[in-house]
Amino acid sequence: MASVPGYWRERAQRYRYKGNKCKETGKVFFPPRRTANPFAGSTMEPYTLATTGEVLTYTIIRVPPSQFVDEAPYAVAVCEMDGGGRITAQLVDCPFEDIKIGMRVRIEFRRIQEDSHAGILMYGYKVVPE
Amino acid sequence: MRDVAVIGIGIQRWGELWERSLRDLWVEAALGAIEDAGVDHIDSMYVGAMTPGLFAGQEHLSSLLADYLGITPVPATRVESACASGGMAMRAGFIEIAGGFSDIVLVSGVEKMTDVDGAGATYALATAADGDYEVYNGVTFPGLYAMMAQDYMHRFGLTREELAAVPVKSHANGALNPHAQFQRPTSIEGVINSVMVADPLTIMDCSPITDGAAAAILCPLEMAQDFAKGRPIIKVTGVGAATDTIALHDRADLSTLNATVVAGKRAYEMAGVGPEDVDFAEVHDCFSIAEVIVTEDLGFFEKGTGGKAAAAGDTALTGKKPINTSGGLKSKGHPVGATGIGQIHELVTQLRGEAGKRQLKNPRRGLAQNMGGSGGSAVVHILEVV
Repeated sequence: MASVPGYWRERAQRYRYKGNKCKETGKVFFPPRRTANPFAGSTMEPYTLATTGEVLTYTIIRVPPSQFVDEAPYAVAVCEMDGGGRITAQLVDCPFEDIKIGMRVRIEFRRIQEDSHAGILMYGYKVVPE
Repeated sequence: MRDVAVIGIGIQRWGELWERSLRDLWVEAALGAIEDAGVDHIDSMYVGAMTPGLFAGQEHLSSLLADYLGITPVPATRVESACASGGMAMRAGFIEIAGGFSDIVLVSGVEKMTDVDGAGATYALATAADGDYEVYNGVTFPGLYAMMAQDYMHRFGLTREELAAVPVKSHANGALNPHAQFQRPTSIEGVINSVMVADPLTIMDCSPITDGAAAAILCPLEMAQDFAKGRPIIKVTGVGAATDTIALHDRADLSTLNATVVAGKRAYEMAGVGPEDVDFAEVHDCFSIAEVIVTEDLGFFEKGTGGKAAAAGDTALTGKKPINTSGGLKSKGHPVGATGIGQIHELVTQLRGEAGKRQLKNPRRGLAQNMGGSGGSAVVHILEVV
């Protein structure tokens, strides 16, 4: 039961990794936020995530949600991108035993889910070894 | 602000309760609490439930439950903060009495989780994570806690065997609790060799799918003597709640649950005590690693030593800081919205000296910590015999 408008609305993040950055603190937000501090009038500027970064932590999902049954087991990782900003993404094209905390990765644009056989195809980012 | 006491508790044996509906479960627990307290009316009620709409196709629990308990037109409110819904309902009831708005308040929690299949339950629970930026990419709740475990084990050198000591201890306690879903012990090998869910967590590191409800009656401390019936009077001395980022990846430290840190500090400050003054605690062990991290974040153990402490027996019934005497979420069960009130039930049972085979020796002060999602919300209560 994917929401078509809900998927469409996030396209700048899923296709182009668009976030933003607080001018005062330099902190990167992904997805972009309206404010970093509602009481100090923070100024936000557009920021695009770097497509390279490193794995902070990871796991292998062996009991998947129903929409990922055909892919299990698969790895997911929390990644810190170069220059700031973090994502949770599938880590693919890498044997499980080679996955390590601190390993370098790069974002690739991939198909993420499909909404049954007749629904929309949904795309986004996965990471692969750099 | 008025002081608040807990004067009644109610629960049933939790588990896969196919013959009982959401309303059956809740009314049973509420009636138990009313009888236990001996009250003749309720001024107001709160019910914690995470997502009865997804689990049982039912919202508007305020009306449904007040109706089926036969107490309409009392005001009733459902409270939602994912798996912390029950604890937050307790806090709402506390505030209503402390503020002088009501005298006798029923606080409760319920979740009917087995009317949907495993995929349906996984979907419902996943709504407590960041839908667009975690769940969309395939991560599950066990997966989020597994990533905390990988980070923790990498940084602090906790071994797989040491982590397994947590569910082993939980099952040992749950085996002594007549309300627990799983009343049988397990072993280190039993935990490590069970089915892998999300590396390094096996199914024996994970709390189960559970049907259940729990309820408690609160009143102003000055009225508590009227309902004591010779039992100890139990005062709520500390209350703290806090939030953290919804997504695990946005946390500066992936092995710290900051909502729990802050909620704990607030509760300690209000009670005028520290972690060393707490005799025992019920904490939110939705996954084994959560108990390790939470017992550190509440100040019971130094960061990086919670798992070693559990492996050394420090958190057992006979240890220096008994944790989850009820069996915890792992063994007692985790009907998500009911869990926070189930913890209050255990604190009161221990403080009254009514815990049977798992009874601690004369405990005076207990702490309950309940959290939502991957730790995005947390609530802590401290209860004391006065």
